[in-house]
Amino acid sequence: MPPLKNLRRRLLLLPAALLAGCNTVVLNPPGDVAAQQGHLIVVATVLMLLIIVPVIALTGLFAWRYRQSNRDETYAPDWDHSTQLELVIWAAPLLIIIALGAVTWISTHTLDPYRPLQRLDAARAVPAGAETLTVEVVALDWKWLFIYPGQGIATVNELAAPVDMPITFKITASSVMNSFYIPALAGQIYAMPGMETKLHAVMNRPGVYEGFSSNYSGAGFSDMRFRFHGMSAADFERWVQSVKAGGGALGRAAYLQLEKPSERVPVKHYASVAPDLYDAVLNRCVDSSKMCMDQMMAIDAGGLGSANAYRVATKAWRSGPGDSLARPYVEAMACTADNPEGKPVSAAVRATQ
Amino acid sequence: MNHLDMQSLILGRLTWDAIPFHEPILLATFIGVALGGVALLVALTYFRLWGPLWRDWITSIDHKKIGIMYIVLGLVMLLRGFSDAIMMRAQQAIAFGDAVGFLPPHHYDQVFTAHGVIMIFFVAMPLVTGLMNFVVPLQIGARDVSFPFLNNFSFWMTAFGAGLVMMSLFVGEFARTGWLAYPPLSGIAFSPDVGVDYYIWSLQIAGVGTLLSGVNLIATIVKMRAPGMTLMKMPVFTWTALCTNVLIVAAFPVLTAVLALLSLDRYVGTNFFTNDLGGNAMMYVNLIWIWGHPEVYILVLPAFGIFSEVVATFCGKRLFGYASMVYATVVITILSYLVWLHHFFTMGSGASVNSFFGITTMIISIPTGAKIFNWLFTMYRGRIRFELPMLWTVGFMITFVIGGMTGVLLAVPPADFVLHNSLFLIAHFHNVIIGGVLFGLLAGITYWFPKAFGYKLDPFWGKCSFWFWQIGFFFAFMPLYVLGLMGVTRRLSHFDDPSLQIWFQIAAFGAALIALGILSFIIQLVVSFVRRESLRDTTGDPWNGRTLEWSTASPPPAYNFAFTPLVHDNDAWHDMKANGYVRPLDGFIPIHMPKNTGAGFVIAALSAVCGFALIWHMWLLAGAGFAALLAAVIVHTFNYQRDFHIPADEVVRTEGERTRLLLAGHV
Repeated sequence: MPPLKNLRRRLLLLPAALLAGCNTVVLNPPGDVAAQQGHLIVVATVLMLLIIVPVIALTGLFAWRYRQSNRDETYAPDWDHSTQLELVIWAAPLLIIIALGAVTWISTHTLDPYRPLQRLDAARAVPAGAETLTVEVVALDWKWLFIYPGQGIATVNELAAPVDMPITFKITASSVMNSFYIPALAGQIYAMPGMETKLHAVMNRPGVYEGFSSNYSGAGFSDMRFRFHGMSAADFERWVQSVKAGGGALGRAAYLQLEKPSERVPVKHYASVAPDLYDAVLNRCVDSSKMCMDQMMAIDAGGLGSANAYRVATKAWRSGPGDSLARPYVEAMACTADNPEGKPVSAAVRATQ
Repeated sequence: MNHLDMQSLILGRLTWDAIPFHEPILLATFIGVALGGVALLVALTYFRLWGPLWRDWITSIDHKKIGIMYIVLGLVMLLRGFSDAIMMRAQQAIAFGDAVGFLPPHHYDQVFTAHGVIMIFFVAMPLVTGLMNFVVPLQIGARDVSFPFLNNFSFWMTAFGAGLVMMSLFVGEFARTGWLAYPPLSGIAFSPDVGVDYYIWSLQIAGVGTLLSGVNLIATIVKMRAPGMTLMKMPVFTWTALCTNVLIVAAFPVLTAVLALLSLDRYVGTNFFTNDLGGNAMMYVNLIWIWGHPEVYILVLPAFGIFSEVVATFCGKRLFGYASMVYATVVITILSYLVWLHHFFTMGSGASVNSFFGITTMIISIPTGAKIFNWLFTMYRGRIRFELPMLWTVGFMITFVIGGMTGVLLAVPPADFVLHNSLFLIAHFHNVIIGGVLFGLLAGITYWFPKAFGYKLDPFWGKCSFWFWQIGFFFAFMPLYVLGLMGVTRRLSHFDDPSLQIWFQIAAFGAALIALGILSFIIQLVVSFVRRESLRDTTGDPWNGRTLEWSTASPPPAYNFAFTPLVHDNDAWHDMKANGYVRPLDGFIPIHMPKNTGAGFVIAALSAVCGFALIWHMWLLAGAGFAALLAAVIVHTFNYQRDFHIPADEVVRTEGERTRLLLAGHV
């Protein structure tokens, strides 16, 4: 029955054809880190299929061969033990897991997002003293802020980077947990308030790629998307200049406005950005009446955090319509630009700048 | 005291705005539920069923009836959880580009939260607990569980917890946080309304029930086994039940504690998990997964136990590798505490920590793989009868290994970085929970149904249900694997990329097939009831079973066994049959039994009142409810009439009836 055989072969190929037809970016991404991760998925799957396929085949075979109506086969109702078989059924998965465990240990270390890149792609190592791009990422409700400390600019919902240049992302969030993910570039990492995570990656092909939050963060989550532009070094330089030419400054006051919940926010450019803004976001003290977390931790670490070291006040944590819930906070007391004497400042008096 | 103060003292935050008149879907559901409820009440009154319902079921402390009530609860909640699933599948199949679908984020986010919470806590858990309750005492030759009153109380705590979740549908709203309610999103700053409070109190109330039932079943298995049944002669289902309940007792207090800390954050302004003042949301994530990962095994181990019973029975063979099956179960129990961090590899742990948890996770697949092989070699050289439970088992073996494979894949941290939170992950855990837990539970329900009711389930509609579920599963979840590889993340209510739509439409088609599977199951129950005379089992042993539950009548008498059986082999009943066991026909003596009580129902109802009042900040009612709850507990301690004896002549009558049935069956 060649036609039937042919049909069966076609049916078997169907999933592969369908997969090839759609854009399985995770398996075939243009960024080197994501490409290694995609490759790892294929390797691990093949390794496991070594045992999965025989199990499925044997299940089908035994179910068919030992059906009740088939009286030709041996029936051994009391056969329930075989030391050799036991050894095989424990050893076979064990061997696969030893192999996969070794792959896991090595790949987890080489692809650790905190580890600076060793290579640009499979063929090229990172040259000694190579230039890198640093981007500070802040997940806001519900949009992404990207600060380029080296270039002194900031953007909302648009990220650009030169191809073949290692990128270092420093990632935090303003309010709730999100996850920073550009499938074409590299695996995701969470963006969490008061904490900083890191990601090292490189893009190898110019183009426009999807980026988004992959951890549910509330009402505007579905549209919390941005575009990642991989461009040539010259194009990137032009892009930076155009952002700078566009004007707009991101200071603390502008940030506190931007931070308020909004959805489907169009791309925004800022020609300049307050140099300490990312640090203040990370330490939860953009509102400068609040004590920065790193200062608080330093005081605590010095053993001075007890007794009356802190003054706690309350205010609506995010002033805006429908958000009047008063939350306690620790008043800033260390010297800041606005408060050189380091006096405790009352929430009512402070106008944030 | 002015009017407003009085109102907020009594009603708290509850106002007419909390009733969803403006949501047509909810309003229609509410009208439907209300009409159905009224019809039910009228029918109960008309047929004078209130008395029997109260005496024989609500206040019953018979483990068999409690087990059945758990399963009824689980199946009813399955309908609710599944309607959430259908709504999500429909929304994702149509909300592309300019089409926003029929569920705005406010509603959609509640739906996916409720779906997860209900399916885990109020479908899978009651079904698992129900089967353990029904089967374990029968399998170990006991007359009831160790603490029969506690058993009734546990059930009602679970049921009232489920009731609170259902109430959130019509009074207020449910959480919009995802099923594990990660802070800071679930904190008071970002979720100021009642949704998270419904979540907290329904889980706290149900959690008490789960924990107590765990204690109860451990005590039962450890202390009440029939003479001769050493640990290594226990049926495998009892073994898995023991391990599951050990996991419950060790894990659920962590859930209780972490939810208590979250409620302190929400109610009294502490800062355990807030962003400021030293709070740390990651601590919540750690704690909830230290409960959450063992929870996965709490659900799947009893399913493994069911498959072990089913495969041995329907292959007509001793289970291959009993000892290695037991060790595999125990190893999984222990390892399940060493893997929780794999749920958040992407939260910035170092490479060594991630590798450690990745590799421990993979190690679990070794005993699990051994179990699969044990079932496989039980089939080898068997005489396999493809009755419904066996069909579910073979379906499980083929489906589950795929889910196991994708699970190990997700345990490789760098792979998890690209697949975490994606639809690939969703496909994976539905693959193991539907293909493993649910197929196991359905196998168990069809397997033990004749024991519980005295007649088998109709095979035709059962096969329809099986094939719809099996094929529907592949249609519903294989597209999600593909979408995950395309980088599509979970919990989205709207998409821009039109090329994804076809996959969501295929998934929605799969969900429709599963709906037919559920419908076939309901039809199967009705048809079987109608045809119960022709499906009747007079022997008590319709499948040629191997364990003790098949040695007694179907349904078993209240006292289970007139004489406690003696066990010589791990397939005790098979051994008794093979060695010419003769059923004793005289010498019956009065049987000491526990007495029904309404205390469990009352205390659980008062807990629910308390929970409801706390959700709505009705401090007066909460205080009064709590005082009443304490009073009810104290009053119950003065109840000294907790037991009675079934007189010997009643035992003689019951056993005589069975003798007649057995003889009639032989003619």
